[in-house]
Amino acid sequence: MNKQMTTAEAVAQLRDGMTIGFGGWGPRRKPMAIVREILRSDVKDLTVVAYGGPEVGMLCAAGKVKKLIFGFATLDAIPLEPWFRKVRQAGEIEVMELDEGMFQWGLRAAGMRVPFLPTRCGLATDVLKYNDLRTIRSPYDDGEELLAMPALNLDMAFIHVNKADTLGNTLITGTDPYFDHLVARAAERCIVSAEEVVDRLELDRDTARLNPFERYLVQGVVHAPKGAHPTMCAPNYGWDLSHLKRYVASASDDNGWQVYMDEFVNGGEDAYQAANGGVAAMGSLPLPTF
Amino acid sequence: MTTHCEFTLAELMIVAASEAFRGDGEILASGLGIIPRLGASLAKMTHTPELMMTDSECLLVEEPIPVGPRGDYVPKYSGYMSFERVFECVWGGKRHAMIGPTQIDRFGQTNLSVVGDYDKPKVAMLGVRGLPGNSINHINSLFVPNHNTRAFVAGEVDMVSGVGYNPARWSEHMRQDLMEIRHIVTNLCVMDFEGPDHAIRVRSLHPGVTFEEVQANTGFELLKAPDMGETAHPTPEQLAIIARLDPHNLRARQLKDNPPGIRTASTDQ
Repeated sequence: MNKQMTTAEAVAQLRDGMTIGFGGWGPRRKPMAIVREILRSDVKDLTVVAYGGPEVGMLCAAGKVKKLIFGFATLDAIPLEPWFRKVRQAGEIEVMELDEGMFQWGLRAAGMRVPFLPTRCGLATDVLKYNDLRTIRSPYDDGEELLAMPALNLDMAFIHVNKADTLGNTLITGTDPYFDHLVARAAERCIVSAEEVVDRLELDRDTARLNPFERYLVQGVVHAPKGAHPTMCAPNYGWDLSHLKRYVASASDDNGWQVYMDEFVNGGEDAYQAANGGVAAMGSLPLPTF
Repeated sequence: MTTHCEFTLAELMIVAASEAFRGDGEILASGLGIIPRLGASLAKMTHTPELMMTDSECLLVEEPIPVGPRGDYVPKYSGYMSFERVFECVWGGKRHAMIGPTQIDRFGQTNLSVVGDYDKPKVAMLGVRGLPGNSINHINSLFVPNHNTRAFVAGEVDMVSGVGYNPARWSEHMRQDLMEIRHIVTNLCVMDFEGPDHAIRVRSLHPGVTFEEVQANTGFELLKAPDMGETAHPTPEQLAIIARLDPHNLRARQLKDNPPGIRTASTDQ
């Protein structure tokens, strides 16, 4: 059994109109090497499900997004995601805008194969007004009215991890695994990209705890060093603020997206690394302090 | 004995922010943004040491971490608080967050999503983020660095992201009793929701600010708290702690022109 594949083979599994989820959180540990491969592909009409960072904005900029299911889109150090903002303000994408907690409840429901999970989150807000969401009454004596958060079933999930093996075992060595386990469980298929891929992970008791989800959830393993750049991949490297600023500028420059694509994306991942100072420079970006 | 001391408006607001957390006990205090975070930190360092705080990432600390680059400072970690655990904390109601929404209405409903028409907004901000879940599950306070009628809107906010005390939004079977909006700290005053039916009252005015000025900069009618007075000035002890918590003086960059805490004729509009 060997699940290793290239980014091109991973992205070749996508079909127009699919619902795809991304791991990570905002500008943190996003599978950007895979995103760049999607940007180079012909795939379109995607429904994108994410705690959104630049992957959301870039896919919007490239016209790949039909619908966005999200709780936020932000670059954190730069609060407003420029391309998300631009296409959202132009009314060019459908949105399902959810509370962050509802979002993970939807992923959980999908992973548990139930149609919905009850929550108070979202009640008494316009989240109920703008989405096709229903409420439900508790069948017990309390009779409380709760929101029935529907399952967010994904056709495909992409997650970037620190280390993986060819069987699909993964390690997240950053201090926070975010909600990647829920993204993996919600998906029909899940492909991970990893900073480092080995034949077999050989772990001790302490590092085995850093395995976020089981390998039966993983159908593909892509070796993508610096594959989260320009987002952060703790503890390996921080986010690249100067690159993010360059990306932000692309939303206000004439023909900005095409110029960004030509400068960074169209030439492939080796050219991307060269355009960002090489892997050594990318790997030594300092982790941000909060 | 009172001693005369100089302080900035940002420092006055930090002290006012800390007061919002007074007596909260053993819950997670989250101040989002420099002034709210310093407020929560000051609360923990002074009147409410039981508060729990994180490193603004995913580890718990018993000593609030100074803001900005840390230099030689080594955080004293005491536990783990991953993003996932924060949601468990939120849903259990064990948190008080102070956040800065884009719009607030007379019900305390907040907006962090869009300004203007929802389908084709004039301005798209971050998205509702955690506001719906936070607001319905635990204590929230609000921070507004620029008190004006764009922040405090007439009618309802453009997209209700965080719940408030608007009876039209609640059914009789929903649990409204789990929510509380505590204080609103602005650059002009401190407000609360202790009027009839949770109407917003001005609790205290910052030095040199009049109620009329606050009202003129608010899109809905305000009440005066019966004991409305002047917002408490920072003490020298509080200022010393704030300086330790903010060694790079990031607080000086939070408000336009870093105005003094007591208005002088030249800064008065």
